[in-house]
Amino acid sequence: MDTITRPPVQGLVYGTILNDRPSLERMGGALNQPPYGKPPQAPVLYIKPYNTHAGPGSTVRLPRGADRVDLGATLGIVIGAPATRLGEATALDAVAGYTVVLDLSLPSPSVYRPLVREKCFDGACPMGPAVVERAAVPDPSDLTVRTFVNGAEVAVRRLSDLVRPVPKLLADVTAFMTLNPGDVLLAGVALDLPQAGPGDRVAVEVAGIGRLEIALGLDTALEGDAR
Amino acid sequence: MKHARVAFEGAIHHATEADGKLRLADGRRLDETAVVWLPPVEPRTVFALGLNYADHARELAFKAPETPLVFLKGPNTIVGHRARTRRPADATFMHYECELAVVIGRTARDVPKERALEVVAGYTVANDYAVRDYLENYYRPNLRVKNRDGCTPLGPWLVDAADVPDPMDLRLRTLVNGTVTQEGHTRDMIFDVPTLIAYLSSFMTLAPGDVILTGTPEGLVDVKPGDEVATEIDGIGRLVNTIAPESPEAEQS
Repeated sequence: MDTITRPPVQGLVYGTILNDRPSLERMGGALNQPPYGKPPQAPVLYIKPYNTHAGPGSTVRLPRGADRVDLGATLGIVIGAPATRLGEATALDAVAGYTVVLDLSLPSPSVYRPLVREKCFDGACPMGPAVVERAAVPDPSDLTVRTFVNGAEVAVRRLSDLVRPVPKLLADVTAFMTLNPGDVLLAGVALDLPQAGPGDRVAVEVAGIGRLEIALGLDTALEGDAR
Repeated sequence: MKHARVAFEGAIHHATEADGKLRLADGRRLDETAVVWLPPVEPRTVFALGLNYADHARELAFKAPETPLVFLKGPNTIVGHRARTRRPADATFMHYECELAVVIGRTARDVPKERALEVVAGYTVANDYAVRDYLENYYRPNLRVKNRDGCTPLGPWLVDAADVPDPMDLRLRTLVNGTVTQEGHTRDMIFDVPTLIAYLSSFMTLAPGDVILTGTPEGLVDVKPGDEVATEIDGIGRLVNTIAPESPEAEQS
């Protein structure tokens, strides 16, 4: 039975880390030590490919051998117009709207190498339930993101913590890569995250945007089944 | 059979190779310079491998990885044969990377290594440019180095898997302005094509149109505006790209 529903967006998803002040403070002196050497200059990005995209009500199965997953609740910025070399002052013109995103990631202590097994398992990027049009959100930095596990609130985050607020992030990303209509840029995922495991129900709520609910399950894929 | 996607007289066509020329579906035969070459597939998820040839890992002063060093690329970075790729004005070291590109043809999850080649539609050539000035040690190689607009030429042809008896027995090389600067052999991959497919499909579903760029051997050279860079793989194709300056004004001159 298919347990992954469709999200309300069709494009590629680009995530961002180290775009919140608490995460930079948590890294602290490590930012200047090997293997990092110095604090990040450009936005630190990664890709959540199509196999990770999931909609509300999905049951997301963790990969074999994984029993905990980081709950990276954040805001998804949905692109509405081809976005290349946007200026910060007009960057929001390229935004169609916003949605709620739960970036699931297997815990990893390091951000030195790209995390593909950790971040790209099937269903690892639930989004939705809907895209709320930009005009309904005067300033995304005013939004609050709440994470719930089995009904209990486990994290609250205000997007006033962003190092690069949404317009600045869009300008710095599109300085070297084009975002296309339907693509989603995540406003930033924190490093210090609550976790959950198989059997848990997870919800992310952003007042004014929506409430995204999913369940976590175990991977049941069979060895040698070349589906 | 070899397949291409080309733009010709205002339309996009599927073409096949016939006696060194392009053959459109309606039978027209065209020289390769008569068309605009598009990437031979419209890629869905694009995977790329870092440090997948031992000599190249040594060249970059890294020890060979114990698990595949995989990163992802977006569609913004893919361009076709005979495109121009722009070198940023402030770059001091921008290099090509000749790579065997594997195009997935079937939905695949948990594919055992022994059956991995069954899910391959075909092969093409990639040139995975990197602008090393922008390397940072966060999710390295970071997207500003590897996911720039137009910095990953792909093509010219998609060669059917049935016409490539052994993807691990292919010579590859790069020529800059006609001089060979990079040479290697796919047998020297640390993680071979079946291993990469088995690895990726062990935690994610691969789908038709996914592309795996399998890494590059040693021989990196800085390339400058005006340079013609040809990345070649025997039996697969010769992918030509020209480096252009970044500023639009200079491009018009």
